[in-house]
Formats: sequence, structure tokens, C-alpha cells
Amino acid sequence: MCGIVGLFLKTERYRPDLGRLTAAMLHEMRSRGPDSAGFAVYDEGTPGETRLTLLSEGAEHDWAATAAALEAVLDAEVAVRQTLDHAVFSTAGDGRRARQWIIDNVPDLDVLSHGRQIELYKAVGDPDLVAERYDLASRTGTHAIGHTRMATESAITTNGSHPFATGADTCLVHNGSFSNHNQLRRQLRRAGESFQTENDTEVAAGYLSWRLREGDTIDEALMAALEDLDGFYTLAIGIESGFAILRDPIACKPALVAETDDWVAMSSEYRSLAGLPGIEDAELFEPEPGRIYSWSLAA
Amino acid sequence: MTATTLDLSTSTLREVNGTLHAATAGSFTITHPRGAHALAAGIDAAIDVEIDGPVGYYCAGMHKTGTVLVKGNASTGLAENIMSGTVRITGNAMMSAGATGCGGLLVIEGNAGARCGISMKGVDIVVGGNVGHMSAFMGQAGNLVVLGDAAEDLGDSLYEVDIFVRGSVASLGSDCVEKEMRPEHVDTLTRLLAVADMDADPADFTRYGSARTLYNFHVDDIDAELAAGGAS
Repeated sequence: MCGIVGLFLKTERYRPDLGRLTAAMLHEMRSRGPDSAGFAVYDEGTPGETRLTLLSEGAEHDWAATAAALEAVLDAEVAVRQTLDHAVFSTAGDGRRARQWIIDNVPDLDVLSHGRQIELYKAVGDPDLVAERYDLASRTGTHAIGHTRMATESAITTNGSHPFATGADTCLVHNGSFSNHNQLRRQLRRAGESFQTENDTEVAAGYLSWRLREGDTIDEALMAALEDLDGFYTLAIGIESGFAILRDPIACKPALVAETDDWVAMSSEYRSLAGLPGIEDAELFEPEPGRIYSWSLAA
Repeated sequence: MTATTLDLSTSTLREVNGTLHAATAGSFTITHPRGAHALAAGIDAAIDVEIDGPVGYYCAGMHKTGTVLVKGNASTGLAENIMSGTVRITGNAMMSAGATGCGGLLVIEGNAGARCGISMKGVDIVVGGNVGHMSAFMGQAGNLVVLGDAAEDLGDSLYEVDIFVRGSVASLGSDCVEKEMRPEHVDTLTRLLAVADMDADPADFTRYGSARTLYNFHVDDIDAELAAGGAS
């Protein structure tokens, strides 16, 4: 099952309300995925600054010590903002290098995301509690994607929860399952991607990150994904200043999109969209199978 | 007789469906549905139900008697397994509308999504707009009328459904072929357009149906079977 939501704000009008609207959408998807949840929120960021969202599973982590060690590696200051078992590191240093260093050297941490605009939170438990714990409702920004999980492909763990992000400001949520993820993971590792879980969706995130890093536009990357990802899926994808949706060519996993002049929203079910401002006059459509939908603020 | 109003902003889904199931006659108007699932499912009394707004999954599923009118859009599985009676929607229906329907009439004034009428077993479906890919997939009995266009793989692996399309067909599924429109088909189509209250000329439609080459599996012909779909 699983529930997925995405909200992309085309104008500034509702940006102060991004978190509140996303939390309300996620709330409606609780019944599709009661075992864990996660969300990624994008804001405009600070020029020259990269953020890493980190997760410490289990014991208390000494964030200050890790930040100090990372400062030495990056030769740049690292600021720490902790929220329970998550922390956001902000630095002028190289984000991709920071991510890889933490993966290689701090085994009790997961790097949930890195990039200029993205922060990402996930946890096991009731999606409403997850949203509340990491204060989704108060967040502002340009776009957000969220996921409520009913685990099928790997265990109910925090690091098996969505969204998954491996590349800068690139993350995705997934309803479905991939059947060729082990093979793809091996290929992508050889191409320089690193993975932190056995989850199939992380492989799809890694695939997109790889294509984007190779110079593809998001549309080109998704066109290639249609060839290379085997399985059934509805994907909601967040990228820097952009948002995209892709369904496999059979399209058995649900998706519904609503669009107004101010926003684009997608969800597994209409219930999530029902409370959005201006939904009465929104254009509503079911994304077609195998067709790429993308929106960008950069245009 | 005036309709009884059931407000989903003040009543639970279970209460509203319970009221409909307990009724033996009368008219009901349901307000504030906001995409609720399984609304007005399992109705088996001669009642009229009007739903003002968008509904979620499986609205009017297993419908048996009476009428359900949705003023809005519907999500997956509208009128799935409808047995008899009438279900009508003013907006669009997402995928699998009328799935496995055994009888009755489903009218979609807007567009229907993917797999409209999948495995239909006797229901008549009239769609004012377009239908999505693989509509009438493995259809066994009944009629699918499309006033707009049909997406890819229409009527794939069809048994015995008559499909009438006024607009274009992106592609026909395996073993689905264009067929002659004989007088009895014109009669059927004329009747269905009338009961669905749709204004269209039967002469503008093309009929599609099963080539019946997949009825039996011939292991010796497996290559030919896989390539089948063009013969009539």
C-alpha cells in the first residue's frame, strides 16, 4: 500500500503554510501507511551553504564531536541544529564529500539528505506523531514530499522509511516495489553511488542522483528510469527548485494531481487534496502511465 | 417527498452507510463527502442517493438497486462489481470504474481513467469523455460506450463485450478487433445512449470486439498466439 503526497508551491502565496498544508495531507494518508512516515521540506536555502540531515538510530550521539571531526575534513565550519534523533549540519564545505565521509566514518549515523534546499525527517510510528515530533506544521518553504509506509520490501525501520535521498537536493517517495534493485544497486555502486540501506526505493533515488549528476535534466533522467527501473511504482520526486511525478507504464498504483495557479499537489488519494486552499477550482487529473510530469521554479 | 440530508462533516461514514442500508425507500442527499471511501456501497433497496461532491475509492460498489448520482469526481473503483441499478457521475472517474460489474448501468459524464470496465461481466458503461489505457481488459459481457477517445490497448484479451467508440482509439489490445456494426448493434447503442441521456449519433461510432483467437491455448502455436491481435 503506502501513501504518498507532494506539494509544490508555484507562487509565494502559501509558502508560509507549506508545513501545515503538508502535515494535513500526510494525516489523510495515515490509513495507507500506519507503520512509519517521513517528509522532505525544501526552502530557498542560504547561498553558499549546504545542509545535511542526519539520523542517529539508537544510542545518544555526540553531535558536537562529529561536527568537529567533519570541520577538520571539510576545512569549513559546521553548525549543528538538533531535533531529537535528527540533526541538521550546515556548512560552506562540500556537501557530497561530507555525506561520504560520514557514511564511511560514522557508522551509527544515516545521512538522510544533503543539499542547499532540503531537510528530511523520518521515523517509525504513527504518521501524525512523526509530523508532530519534527514539527512539520511550522515549516515554511517552496515544496515538500511525504510518505506513509506500509512496509513490504524491507523491514519496518527508520532507515527503511521514505523519502530517500542520495544526491544533492534530490529525493523521492515511492508507492510500489522494484524487482531489479539488487542488480541496479551493484551497477550504481560501480558508478560511484553509495547506499545506506537494503531498500529498493533508495536504489531508485540513487539512480536519479546518478543521472542528474551525469548532466541529465529531470525529464531525461525519468525517461531513462522508465527503461531501467523494473517494477511497479508511482513516484513523487523533489529536486532543487523542482517537483516531478512518474508512474510505471501499467500504472496500478494510484495517483491524483490537482493544480491551481498557486500550487501543484499530488497524492495517492483525493482525501489528501480535499483540504487544500482553492481545491474547488483546481484542475484535477490522474497522471498517465509512463508519462513524465515536472514543474520547476527556475523557468 | 423531500430528500433526507446526510452530512459527512457531522456524521461518520459508517453512520451514513448504515442509514442507507437500513432504508427501504426514499431519497437521500449526502453532503461534504470530501473523498470518503466506500460511500453508498452495497445499496440493495430502491432508494435514490445523490452525493454532492467528490468521492473516494469504491463508491457505490456492489450496487444492486436504486440510483446513485455523484455530483463531482470519483477515485478508484467507482461502482465496482455493480449488479444492477444505475450509478451516474457528473465528473471524472479514476481507474477501474465499473470493474467486474455484472449488470446495471454506469454513466460517467466526464472521463474515465485506466482499465475502465476491467473484467466486466454484464454491466453497461457509457462514458461521455475518454477512457484510459486497457479499458474493458478481459471483459466478458456487457457494453462499453465511449463518446470520446480510447487510450492504448483497448479491449485487451476480450471475451465477449461490445465496445463502441466515437472518437479515436490509440491502439487495440491483443485479440481486440474492429467489427461490423450490424442493425442489432445500432439498436443496442441507440438504447444505451437514450438511457444514459447522451446526445450522440450511433452512426458516428465504431464497434470493437473479440477476435476469439485466445479462447483456447494452443501450445504448438505459442509464437503465433503472442503475435495475434490483428486477425478478425
